[in-house]
Parts: sequence; structure tokens; C-alpha cells
Amino acid sequence: MKIRELAIGAVLVLMLAATELDNGSFLSVQGIKDLLLNAGILVLVATGQAVVVITRNVDLSVGSVLGITAFAAGDILQDGGNPVLAVLAAVGLGIAFGLLNGLLVSIGQVPALVVTLGTLYVIRGVDSLWVGSREITANDLPASYSGFGHDGLWAIPYLGLLAAAVLVVVAFYLRHYRSGRELYALGSSPEAGRLAGVPIRRRVLTAYVLCGALAGLAGALYLARFGNVDSGTGSGYELTVVSAVVVGGVAFTGGSGSVHGAALGALLLTSINSVLPAIGVSSVWVLAIDGVLLLAAITVDRLTALRVARVLRNRAAATRSLRDHPARTRRLRHG
Amino acid sequence: MADLTGSDLTAAKAQDDVAAPPSAPRRGGAAGLVRWDTAVGALLAVLLLCSFGFVGDFGNTLNLSFLIGNTLPMAVIALPMTMLVAAGEIDLSVGSVAGLSGAVMGSLWNAGMAIETIIPLCLLLGLVCGLVNGLLVTRLGLPSLAVTIGTMAAYRGIAQIVLGANSVTDFPQQYLDFGSGRIPGTFLPYAAIPWAVLAVIAVLVLHATGVGRSLFAVGASAEAAWFAGIRVKRLRLSMFAATGVVSALTGVFWVLHYASARYDNATGLELSVIAAVLLGGVDFDGGKGTLGGAIGGVFLLGTLENTMSLVDVSAQSQTVVTGVLLVVSVLGPRAGRQLARTVARRRSAGSGSAPAATG
Repeated sequence: MKIRELAIGAVLVLMLAATELDNGSFLSVQGIKDLLLNAGILVLVATGQAVVVITRNVDLSVGSVLGITAFAAGDILQDGGNPVLAVLAAVGLGIAFGLLNGLLVSIGQVPALVVTLGTLYVIRGVDSLWVGSREITANDLPASYSGFGHDGLWAIPYLGLLAAAVLVVVAFYLRHYRSGRELYALGSSPEAGRLAGVPIRRRVLTAYVLCGALAGLAGALYLARFGNVDSGTGSGYELTVVSAVVVGGVAFTGGSGSVHGAALGALLLTSINSVLPAIGVSSVWVLAIDGVLLLAAITVDRLTALRVARVLRNRAAATRSLRDHPARTRRLRHG
Repeated sequence: MADLTGSDLTAAKAQDDVAAPPSAPRRGGAAGLVRWDTAVGALLAVLLLCSFGFVGDFGNTLNLSFLIGNTLPMAVIALPMTMLVAAGEIDLSVGSVAGLSGAVMGSLWNAGMAIETIIPLCLLLGLVCGLVNGLLVTRLGLPSLAVTIGTMAAYRGIAQIVLGANSVTDFPQQYLDFGSGRIPGTFLPYAAIPWAVLAVIAVLVLHATGVGRSLFAVGASAEAAWFAGIRVKRLRLSMFAATGVVSALTGVFWVLHYASARYDNATGLELSVIAAVLLGGVDFDGGKGTLGGAIGGVFLLGTLENTMSLVDVSAQSQTVVTGVLLVVSVLGPRAGRQLARTVARRRSAGSGSAPAATG
């Protein structure tokens, strides 16, 4: 599946290069920085979502979790609280919601889509009840906190560095730890995973907790980046996140894909959002393009899978006929 | 010795197989005592009685017609959605199809077309949207969840491209009257009549024809249904197409009822429809459920929302209630089934050990 990540990378580079040719100021230092700032938050949430989708589940409540944790962090900072405490509170709240989702899915054995659709509603409702018509603006935040959401080393924002660090850690865990490999195993075939001794419930729970924690962290960073949070923050975000993950090659059927694929998907979607205004296309096109891209990604995945299956079948048939008719071996070898 | 334990196990398992299926639905604790859809109907009746009794403004004609008018979009889409879910599929794009059909209706009206030609065109558009969903699912073998999440974004996006941030309101008065008026002397909105016709057709198709039985068979096991000679793909495709047409029809009704065509009409409708259908006892994994239950679920949700807003419960708390109901409605039957299975296993283990001891 390395080809998938290369392909997305190539599309991304081509698109950015073409936009730069059309509009020379697009890839200025500030332009790159904005691009990475916008992508950073989506990359964080997409990383968590990718881990859940790898286990053949999905978490639709990430948008609501992001909204409520952003407000929680803002509420603490507004009262002159410690920024570190605010971030920890956001992550902790995210973990609590991840735990709720994970317990319902793993212990309750309820389809993940339905459960997280329900918690999407519930968390958003609780958020609206708590927030009411209040809102947090950038003026309520300490300058150092909003500074973290804007500044960086030259063109690379701190936010992007943080997202990259999280991405590397999660990718390393998925690739080199036994429990990380087991996430792929149970996503690929839950039954086989169970027979191989994978503690399915605990692993699924871990995936959801990780996803919740990253959504919480993203909420805290959203506050730092945009400074403006109300009861509607993050609604509809789950659609973008799921699109990014699936476009990045993490299949809905579980067991395949990688977090850096998901991160590239997130980068691609964010770039499209920035490219359209830069080349003078109205932003009303963004939603339709996201949707069509998602459809194209799953279609290409499916066609590739069918093709691979056919090639493998033909190869198996060829091997079988070689074994059964040794006389033909020579002919085939020469041909 | 090993042989004995082996046969003991087989005996217990055989007993389990024989005893469990017929007894499980009835013995499963409170949830298993009555059928789920009957329980939903009873709950709806209790809710209606309480609302009539204790909420002052609930019973007046105006409020009842509001209730039904606001619930109708959900009730219309729930009809094909029940069939889809019973066949093991799902369509998350229904709200977007309704929004797209409304947006196209608005922009064609702005372009000066007659409304008599616009409405059939909108229905045709719904058919195309449904066919796109269905073809992606049946021809490519993609999961309907993934496809319709994609088309949910795509159709809503196209609606936004078509109409932008505009809203169109100046539709002909007799059509607006149809959308918001009620039959003189009653609390029933005019639009309840076409809905009732559709509902009767849907109930007959799902519960009294071969097509309906085939849908349940496909939902229970698509492979077994295929071996039994059911044209699984064609059936699924036609269900997606029907859902598209009905969603487009709902979009037209939405525009007339609220007298406003906007690209974000009916946003989130898919969530309430699915919540209502699952609340009505239609199994998310397919193969089980009744339309009566689904319609009960729709009106339960609609009445609950109406009553809550009458007693000044905020819209936000209503969202929480919808979400909790959705989770409970899928968790409940499963917990009940689990309980029934445990009870059946314990029972058969108890009776299964007796013959083994004698033999």
C-alpha cells in the first residue's frame, strides 16, 4: 500500500505546484505556514480516526468532542487558569468520551456507526446546554496560548511540529509494537484475531481512547489557533475527518492503511480548501469536491482490490496447472 | 471417557439449538416479554395520553397539525429507509438528496420554469441520486455506509453550488397552502394524505408481497438469498432508487411546508430518520423489523420533541434525548438477546447434564 501514499503525495505536489504557477504568492512563507496550521489540527484528529478505522470501527463523535474540549480549555483559561492545565483538561475530557464510545462498542457489541452517531448527538447537546449562548474570544486567552497557535520556526508552525510528533509516535506504535500489530489483525478479521488470542475488547477500547484523546488535544489547539469557540464549534467536522482518513488509504473494511496515509489525506483536503480561493474558485465547491474525492478514493481502492484478487487467482491457477501437468512446465518457462 | 464428554457436549449443544430459538424471544427478561414494536406503540400511546392530560397546549388543533407537519418529512423517508435497513443496507444521503432537490427546485423556479414541470424534474433528480448510490453499492460491491457518507457530502455540496447562500420563497400560493395548510375541520395537514397512501403501499410491499419477504431474506443472509434465486443486486438497487425518489419528494414538501428553498434544508434529517427507524425495532444488521414499528418510532420521536418544546425544554436537551434514545434502541435489543441466550444456555446446561448422568 506504499503506492497509495506516493500517489496522494504526487497529487498534492502537482496541485500545489500548479497553484503556485497560477498565483505566485501562494507558496510564500506565510502561505506555507497557513497551510500547515490548517492541516495540523485535521492531521491530529485523522490520526486518531485512522487507528479506530483500522480496527474496522468508526468514531463519528470526533467533531462534537473537539467542540466541547475546545470550550472546556477556553473556560479554564478565561478564569486565568494555567495553560498546561487547560490542555490536560481538554485531553482528559477527550479520553473520557473515548472511553464512553469504546465501552459501548466493545462491551455493548453495538455497531460503531450507530453508537457514535448517538454520542455525536449527546455530546453536542451537552455542549450546547453547557455553553448556551456564551462564546470565548481570542481576547479572553493569554497571549502565550494564542501565540502557540500562530507562531513557529520560520515557515513551520509549532502546531504542525506537534502534529508531526504525535503522528510519528502513533505510526511507530502501530508498526513496531505487538499491540499495534494486533489492531491490524483484529480489523482484518475479528474472528481470526479472537482465535489468535487478541484481546479484542481491550484493543478496540484503546483505539477509541486514543482517538478521543487526540480529538481533545485537537480541541485545545483549535482554541489556540482560532481563539473563537461557541456551541457550534466542530459540527460537521467528522465528515472531513472521515474523508481525510479514507482518501489517505485507510479502508472502511479495516485492517489496512497507515496513519501517515491518513495524514497525507488530511493535508490534501486542507490544501484543496486553500487552493480553491487562491485560484479564484468559489468556496461553495469545497464540500462537493470533498465528497467526490471520498467516493473516488473508495472506488479506486475497491477496483485495485478486485484486480489484485484476480491476479492472485490467476497466478494460483497457473501454479496449480504447472504442478498437475509437469510437461507444460518447460513450455511455460520458455514462453 | 473423552468420547463421553464429547457426546455430552453434542447433546447439550443440540438441546441448545432446539430449545433456544423458539424460547429465546419470549424468555429474554422484560425486553423479551413483548415484541419490540408493540412496546414502542405502547410507549407512544402512553406519551400521547400524558401529553394530552398534562401539557395544556398539546391537544389543540394547531399544535397537533404542527406536530404532524414537522414529523412528516421523517415519516416519509422512514418508509423506504425501513426497507433498506431490513435488507441490511443504509442510506445516509437522504437529507442531502432532500436538500439538493429543494435547491434545484428553487433555482429552476428563479429561472422562470413552471412548478408543474419542476416537481417531476426534482423527482427524476432524486431517482438519479438514488441510482448513483445503488450502482456504487451493487456494481462495485462497496459498503453502503462509505458510499452514502461520500454522497451525503457530494449532494449537499452540489446543492450549495446550485443555490449558493440564496433562499427562494416566492412559490405559488396554492402550493404553499398545500404544504402548510390543513384539511378543513380536522388537525390533519393536506400532506398527510399522500403520506398515508405511501405508507399503505409500503406496508403492503414489505409485509404482504414476495418482494418484502425477499428484502428480509437478503438482510438476513445475502448469500443464502442469492442461492434461493433472489436477484439480490437488482433488489438493492431498486431500494436505493426508491429511497432517492422519496427523499427528493420530501425535499419538495420541505420547501413548500417551510416556504423556503435553501441549500441547507433538511440538514441532519438522516440522523433523525435512522434514529427513529432503529428505535422502532428494525435491526441494524438487517433481516428483522416491521414498518409499524418504524412508524411508531417516528411519531414517538416527533411527539417527544413537540411535547418537550411545549414544556420549555430547550432544543439542545432534545438533541441529548434523541442521541440517548438512539443508543438505547440498539443497545436494548442486544442486551435482551444476550440475556435470553445466557438464560437458555443455563437452562439447557441444567437439563443437558441429566441425560448424560444416566447414560
